[in-house]
Amino acid sequence: MKKEKFTFHGGVHPRGKKELSKNQAIRLYQPMGDLLYPLAQHIGAPAVPCVEKGEHVLAGQKIAEAGGFVSAPIYASVSGTITGIADHLTITGAVVQAIELQNDHEYKSVEYPEAVDPATLDRDEILNRIGEAGVVGMGGAGFPTKVKLMPKEPEKIEYILVNGAECEPYLTSDYRLMLERPMEIINGLKIVLQLFPHAKGCICIEDNKMDCVRLMEKLTADEPQIEVKTLVAKYPQGGERFLIMAVTGKQINASQLPADAGCIVNNVETMTAIYEAVVHQKPVIHRIVTITGDAINNPCNLDVPCGTMMDELIEVAGGLNCEPQKIVSGGPMMGFSLFDTHIPTTKTSNCILCKKKDTVTAVHQMPCVNCGRCMSVCPEKLIPARLARFAEHHDARNFEKWFGMECVECGCCTFICPSKRLLAQSIKSMRQSILAERRRQNAKGGK
Amino acid sequence: MADNKKTAVNKRLLHVSASPHVRAKADSVYLMRMVVFALLPAAIFGVVNFGPRALVILLLSVASCCGFEALTNRWFKRPPSLRDYSAVVTGLLLGMNLPASVPFWMPVLGGAFAMIIVKALFGGLGENIMNPALGARCFLLISFAGSMCNFDVPKMAFLRTADTVSGATPLAAVKAGEQIDLLASFIGNTKGTIGETSALLLLLGGLFLLVYKIIDWHIPVTYLAAFSVFVLIFGGHGFDLYYLACELCSGGLMLGAWFMATDYVTSPITPTGRVVYGIFLGILTGIFRLFGASAEGVSYAIIFGNLLVPLIERMTIRKAFGRGGRA
Repeated sequence: MKKEKFTFHGGVHPRGKKELSKNQAIRLYQPMGDLLYPLAQHIGAPAVPCVEKGEHVLAGQKIAEAGGFVSAPIYASVSGTITGIADHLTITGAVVQAIELQNDHEYKSVEYPEAVDPATLDRDEILNRIGEAGVVGMGGAGFPTKVKLMPKEPEKIEYILVNGAECEPYLTSDYRLMLERPMEIINGLKIVLQLFPHAKGCICIEDNKMDCVRLMEKLTADEPQIEVKTLVAKYPQGGERFLIMAVTGKQINASQLPADAGCIVNNVETMTAIYEAVVHQKPVIHRIVTITGDAINNPCNLDVPCGTMMDELIEVAGGLNCEPQKIVSGGPMMGFSLFDTHIPTTKTSNCILCKKKDTVTAVHQMPCVNCGRCMSVCPEKLIPARLARFAEHHDARNFEKWFGMECVECGCCTFICPSKRLLAQSIKSMRQSILAERRRQNAKGGK
Repeated sequence: MADNKKTAVNKRLLHVSASPHVRAKADSVYLMRMVVFALLPAAIFGVVNFGPRALVILLLSVASCCGFEALTNRWFKRPPSLRDYSAVVTGLLLGMNLPASVPFWMPVLGGAFAMIIVKALFGGLGENIMNPALGARCFLLISFAGSMCNFDVPKMAFLRTADTVSGATPLAAVKAGEQIDLLASFIGNTKGTIGETSALLLLLGGLFLLVYKIIDWHIPVTYLAAFSVFVLIFGGHGFDLYYLACELCSGGLMLGAWFMATDYVTSPITPTGRVVYGIFLGILTGIFRLFGASAEGVSYAIIFGNLLVPLIERMTIRKAFGRGGRA
């Protein structure tokens, strides 16, 4: 029997380039330099520092408390001395408060309690441990996982989707994780399934990673509650809405949450973090980062303490073989380009991509010829060419009427546009300004 | 060594731009060039069929379109755009839409009308509301009906076969109720405008564009299908497939359906809109051909269709993902 493969409407096929770092096993790296912990590295309220300047901390010691319900605490990832709390540049280019830690190079860790069998823990204790460990969505968004696992109507959750699609080009961190630590992912999923006993666990992997699919199928062969779903490799399959669509056939729009379709979606690395948090009570202080690109000497996958500086990681990967034109944090489709590499990694940094040539910034734009390619690749079924025009005219009424607020900013339209127009960028900024306007209106209404 | 590398990063600022940081290879120039390639076989056949005079007309038309494009760019202070091949496509289409016997000033005037009135005055590439080549053809057809409808084959034609057909074009013969040589119409050694006679080569060109995904099937297929249905119902010949084939292979229908109705700028962007547009063109062409005064109807049908595009688009906005649209 030929196995069913799942997919969605639209999407593009950028060059994968995963072969650069695909065969590099994950290496543990201990940072040599000092570290930085931005207080806002997740969605929600920034964390609140709970250490003083001059205090000595151990790896795994809490340095900032969650700043609210939707927030997450932050832990030191190496031992050392807190040297201050000051404004620092982060990946997005925003300057935010960050805790500075001077590395003492002793890498002493706090003692973790003995491992427990998660089956002996009740629901509240599991959620508590996940929240306390500072687990956030590690696929990139950084939404606090505890909040995600507390939907309004838990009995309506039918699927727990483990997102191993990794549809962005170049990225191999999830791939390596699935190959090297599959049991942690499966055990993490089992813990989540313990919270939702009636749900089905689906590990979703694109068909360009068939070795992972086969491995996961072998390991979950006698787990009736867990299934492995093979997806057609296409960007943006890893997007939450399109993953839900591919696996369950349900569509959600911008005003809905995955829980409205009976789904909870978590990245594979989040699953390992859940496992560590619940079984070993270990906080999130490490993550896998792919360092790759044609300007990197030895592309690799590193297990990095969060807070390590990116320029240090580039050196670990053999340094640069030329002067790169562009360095991107994250994948090339949705990542942020950096103008400086002295920037800390966070819980959500999955990739550092160094490109010799930047083929995008100075590209010559031609007028739109209305060819409709943006429309045919848009996974949200929008008409980006029109939306971009409304955005340029700042025509909010038509922008919303043509469903502009549904855009997920995946960038497929800009990727495919033969006139090289900055469609996604225009739409993105228009969305931001409409959202800001709405917030302003709400604030006024509140008073 | 390590120090050198580090300074390499910090010495010069890195490029910063919003995502995505990769692009697909195909650009608009490539698309236009592919359209030129797809048109060439039919154009070359026209030259073989109608002789060197046809070649001169084609070259004059392309040169005039390129020249006036360059001129208007200068007048309107727009960036130079000759390299995008859009003027070449317009010029080639215009030339292919003219009979080989027109005076030499006519393609030049047509090019001026296409590039200045139809294209530049509306805002240049991407902004024109009707197909420039067809706009110019209709302008010439109305203003100089005599020469535009004179399909005499020039004396220096390479093949004399086209000459053997009596009267005017095959399409006019069909309209007059005469039997025509279907095979000749299909291959193209008949009378007509330079580029429209060979249904076979135009069809191949259209398929070439389909295979390379330069155009999608919606417009040509629905156009030809709607036209066929209309002709079968209202043609007065009943379910006569031979008559239908004669209608499909003669006149400007193939050129129009594959190359001019599919013009990106002047066709709807929504998939449903493309279907509506194709059906509309098919019916309109049928009406013009069967009930109009002239045998031809494609040019006017497409021009009318062009003007309705904004309306069609507004009526066919597709529903976003998760907003009740089809999966």
